[in-house]
Amino acid sequence: MNAGIPLQYFLILAAIMFFSGVYGFLTRRNLITILMSVELILNSVNINFLAFNRYLYPDKMDGMFFSLFVIAVAAAEVAVAISIIINIYRRFTTINVEDVDEMKY
Amino acid sequence: MIANQIMFFLFSAVIIVFSILTVTSRKILRAAVYLLFVLISTAGLYFMLNYQFLAAVQLTVYAGGIVVLIIFSILLTSHISQKFEPAGLKKSVFSAIAALTGAILSIVTILDYKFEATTQAAKEVDMKVIGKSLLSVENDGYILPFEVISVLLLAAMVAAIAIAKKSAPSGTQSTTLKQE
Repeated sequence: MNAGIPLQYFLILAAIMFFSGVYGFLTRRNLITILMSVELILNSVNINFLAFNRYLYPDKMDGMFFSLFVIAVAAAEVAVAISIIINIYRRFTTINVEDVDEMKY
Repeated sequence: MIANQIMFFLFSAVIIVFSILTVTSRKILRAAVYLLFVLISTAGLYFMLNYQFLAAVQLTVYAGGIVVLIIFSILLTSHISQKFEPAGLKKSVFSAIAALTGAILSIVTILDYKFEATTQAAKEVDMKVIGKSLLSVENDGYILPFEVISVLLLAAMVAAIAIAKKSAPSGTQSTTLKQE
């Protein structure tokens, strides 16, 4: 099935994706782009779960169900985050994280 | 080179290039479209790993739902033609150092570790098996997380409505109650 593709290739790919998400999370200042970086991170973790499940424990299904639940949690998270972002935009007319500092003392 | 190797390298090239573009692009709508490409290629990888159901979920929930939601909120909150000013030099250099250090560290660890697979026969994951184990209380049953996730989705839905709703100006609520 996956002849010629070792498990390590999937893991390296997921690591690169994860850390580009981390880079975006650290450098971006717009709330929506920060949210997109978080999506990248969650997605790379899903690849890891599935690759481990298929290569190391093909008789079990835990990895698959875990990534299914991760996808569901990510969908819920995005819905709530975007409603918060829209509310912030209504109050401050910006979604730049450095301009939204009303609760700083 | 075998066909599936070519497919794998194609998908990984798309994922790596576009995930880096997602976090560095200076136009927000383009970043969202690059994210869409990354998510679709990830679904392709799931197909290669023989998880058809999860690939379909990835395409519908992520590519179809989340990206559309993100694009909608971009259209509501930003000007399309507006470009971000690039992040400060100090900030981007330090973030790049942190990300590169992490990536190199984990790649070295991955290449160093000897993974040992089980010798058990592979299990075919078709739709019937997935549906049965999602609702079973036996071994290999996932009914508890299934129920928890359904409560979480309900809570998230209520929270999203409650937060995004325009709050009524103070005083109007009591008068409407009296009129009724």
